[in-house]
Amino acid sequence: MEFKDLKGRVSERIIEDLKKALEDRKISKKDENKIVEMILKDYEDAQINPGEAIGIVTAESFGEPGTQMTLRTFHYAGVAEVNVTLGLPRIIEIFDARKEIKTPMMEIYLKKPYNKEPEKVRKIANLIKGTKIIEVVNEFTINLSSLQVELILNKPKMRDMNITETHLVNAINEGIKGVNIKQDKDKIILKVKPKEDELMETYKVKEKVKDVYIRGIKGISYLLPVKKQNEFIILTAGSNLKEVLEISEVDETRTVTNDIFEIQSVLGIEAARQAIINEASKVIEDQGLDIDMRHIIFIADVMTRTGDIKGITRSGITGEKESVLARASFEIPIKHIINASLLGEEDHLNSVIENVLLNQVVPLGTGLPGLVAKMKGNKEKDKEKYKK
Amino acid sequence: MSDVYLDQRYIGKVDNPEEFVKNVKLDRQKNKLPNTLNISYDKSMDEINIELSKGRARRPLIIVENGESKLTEDLMKQLEKSEVNWDGLVAKGVIEYLDALEEEDAYVALSPEEVTKEHTHLEINPIVILGLTTSLVPYANFVQSSRLNRGSKTQKQAIGMYASNYLLRMDTDVSVLQYPQRPIVRTFMYDITEQEKHPAGQNITIALMSYKGYNMQDAIILNKGSVERGLARSFYFRPYAVEELRYLGGLTDEICVPDKEVKGYKSEKDYKLLEEDGVISPETKVKEEDVLVGKTSPPRFLGELEEFSIAASIRRESSVVVRHGEEGIVDLVIVTENEEGNKLVQVRLRDQRVPEIGDKFASRHGQKGVVGFIADQSDMPFSASGIVPDLIFSPHSVPGRMTISHLIEILAGKVGALSGRYIDGTTFQAEPEQDLRKFLLELGFRENGTERMYNGMTGEEFEAKIFVGNIYYLRLKHMVANKLHARASGRLQLLTRQPIEGRSKGGGLRLGEMEKDCLVAHGASLLLKERFDSDKTVVHVCEECGMLAINDSYRNRKFCQKCGSNVEITAIELSYAFKLLLDEIKALGIYPRLKLKSKY
Repeated sequence: MEFKDLKGRVSERIIEDLKKALEDRKISKKDENKIVEMILKDYEDAQINPGEAIGIVTAESFGEPGTQMTLRTFHYAGVAEVNVTLGLPRIIEIFDARKEIKTPMMEIYLKKPYNKEPEKVRKIANLIKGTKIIEVVNEFTINLSSLQVELILNKPKMRDMNITETHLVNAINEGIKGVNIKQDKDKIILKVKPKEDELMETYKVKEKVKDVYIRGIKGISYLLPVKKQNEFIILTAGSNLKEVLEISEVDETRTVTNDIFEIQSVLGIEAARQAIINEASKVIEDQGLDIDMRHIIFIADVMTRTGDIKGITRSGITGEKESVLARASFEIPIKHIINASLLGEEDHLNSVIENVLLNQVVPLGTGLPGLVAKMKGNKEKDKEKYKK
Repeated sequence: MSDVYLDQRYIGKVDNPEEFVKNVKLDRQKNKLPNTLNISYDKSMDEINIELSKGRARRPLIIVENGESKLTEDLMKQLEKSEVNWDGLVAKGVIEYLDALEEEDAYVALSPEEVTKEHTHLEINPIVILGLTTSLVPYANFVQSSRLNRGSKTQKQAIGMYASNYLLRMDTDVSVLQYPQRPIVRTFMYDITEQEKHPAGQNITIALMSYKGYNMQDAIILNKGSVERGLARSFYFRPYAVEELRYLGGLTDEICVPDKEVKGYKSEKDYKLLEEDGVISPETKVKEEDVLVGKTSPPRFLGELEEFSIAASIRRESSVVVRHGEEGIVDLVIVTENEEGNKLVQVRLRDQRVPEIGDKFASRHGQKGVVGFIADQSDMPFSASGIVPDLIFSPHSVPGRMTISHLIEILAGKVGALSGRYIDGTTFQAEPEQDLRKFLLELGFRENGTERMYNGMTGEEFEAKIFVGNIYYLRLKHMVANKLHARASGRLQLLTRQPIEGRSKGGGLRLGEMEKDCLVAHGASLLLKERFDSDKTVVHVCEECGMLAINDSYRNRKFCQKCGSNVEITAIELSYAFKLLLDEIKALGIYPRLKLKSKY
């Protein structure tokens, strides 16, 4: 076995690594061949055999330690730290591919000159933090006679936060369409443009205006600059990856969010796959469990292989199983059976559950291989013999 | 002015709240107010809360006035002579009950010595923080609290003398210990609750060591000699009841030796234990399925009557037999009448239970385990003085659980057994460990309780000194004889043709979903198929329409109800559960079609 023979038998990366390793050393051709042979043997030993039930082994590898996971949802590391969903609830969140996660969170890293001094970090943090109108308004009232919404402003707080009335007016202008804005002292008056259902519309405006952002990034409600090793990073409650990455001081190569769907829409499906792996292993590590990385990678692969994130639920990958019986035995069987009958589906009994159900040999392990024997003798003669 | 609330309802205002509260408390002590009343003043809210409602947990305490306990020497002497009792002390204003709210204002001394001017109350005894069963544990202040909880739980499961009139009772699933003893190491709760009237264990000699791996993981080794001498022997009682029920139309059950004509007649041999009246006699030895009381019942449906007119021939046999897997001796037979005036026969079986491998034992400290091996006395380790332990306990059970009280009890038990006296192990006021060690030394033993011991099998001396002593051990009511279960084949469920469930019915042990997953994960497909073939059936399938065909084995004819007999019909083997699923799908109005293909 020579070096060039490795091509196509082991992965490209191993060949490259080996090439690099061999370059610097003086190794005789004979030893090189020996190394190549050893590598090939190890590579083949590490491969999974045909018929190995990797799905169930993965499920068991998660399921057994999962029983030991604490059901405690929240974890407070330190007094002021942001609390994050961890443990079993978080695992369920990840593997069900929930769109709305309980505690979205970001870790924002900053570029070189900004990440050393707390003052600069705080400045950027203020830029990011979302401020809603409700935070600087004392009272929202509706003047029924004139059908106006009146916002009574909290002037001292506005001064503290460096917000002027023009800021507010601009923000409302952008946030809500179809209102006239008047400025009074200590007050901002909103009047809905004449319409059929003016009163209702006024009520809606009153509620809507509370959530208008004056500045900052939507969705981020809480910020906490933290020292990590020898730099300052910003932890956030709430997440908005797209807009955070647009800030020039942010180090976009390291900044992360725990919202997997956001990662998918901003950075693509491969990044989402890695995010699933990272998030899942974070929980597992935090709980002090030991699950082999390959199981986590396998689950992430299955969840993202279509280019979309699909959870392990009846609407996700389990609902996409080919076999009717396998789907029916997971959840809501009658729905699956009826839909299958409408489509005239066929079940070829190719997978495990269907065969257990029918008490047949499952096509796995010892049940997978068939035996083909070469017969001696005259083929034509045999055929005739069988016909008889 | 502070607001006053009675049972959370506003009732008025008071000028001087502190004074008011003090006066109310004094009036309560003088019995001018009910002693179920509790009062407290909340300074931050400036309100007084008076409680008289039901369901508040309250705690009795001795009142302290000016640094002096109201329970004086005089009163103590009167108490000893029974001249006053608890209610008297409450009435005299010596003891009062505080609820959670009033407790906040109290400053409680734990012992009379530590009472100062600031104290308002004195604890009756520090042991009151423990419950009734927990205070039976000796040296409980030397053990983790969760172990105490477990220890009290196991004490409730101990076999003992549960009621002194047990011979007259018909309790289900009870046991009585043959030679119950009072513990050498006891607490004062044993006197209060009169434990000698219902003791629950035996004092045994215990050695802390391993024994050839038979006592790993909490298992224990018993000395066969001790077992044969009667250690932890018990009787297990099981009552059976038969009633002569009356039915519509004047028909009744009849307790008798069933006639041979009766439907379901067993055999003459089965009824030979019965007396003439159809009831078994006391002290008869019986085993499973033996008839205890013969009984016949009228037919279930009256329609059956008209078809065959000989009344006797259609009565059903409904005798009561000994439960599956049980045996014993008929202990008591009662023939009586119930509330409705029906004849009632009750039979009680008694079964002697000698400790066997798998029976559960426990000390009082949450250290429970099952018997792993019963060793011949000759194979048991022995000490230099010839002492052979009754039980060997694994030392690995101790460090992780921190049951120090277990070890102290062994030490105290040893001192008690050697000097012939009871040791007081009451929590917080027990005989101190240092004293026990001193006594042991005086008695000529090593002060830490260890002894030189010899291997019973080889006679060699053990390198280590073994900790030996005496401890009160409990036999728990969980016995293998009541739990052992296995089956090869037996009854099936009518609907699914799978084995029935439950030990008492001789059912199967389910190989569940997760167990199935294990077989799949190992790739043991053929084993998996074999495990799950308890309901396999052969069905015939019409290859034309894919539905189940009919195999008329009587006429040796196969045909499809839809396509007739001129189609190819093939026999295949599958689980009955799947056949049932096909039927249910058909019931949904869906046509499940089987397409057959050769597997090879």
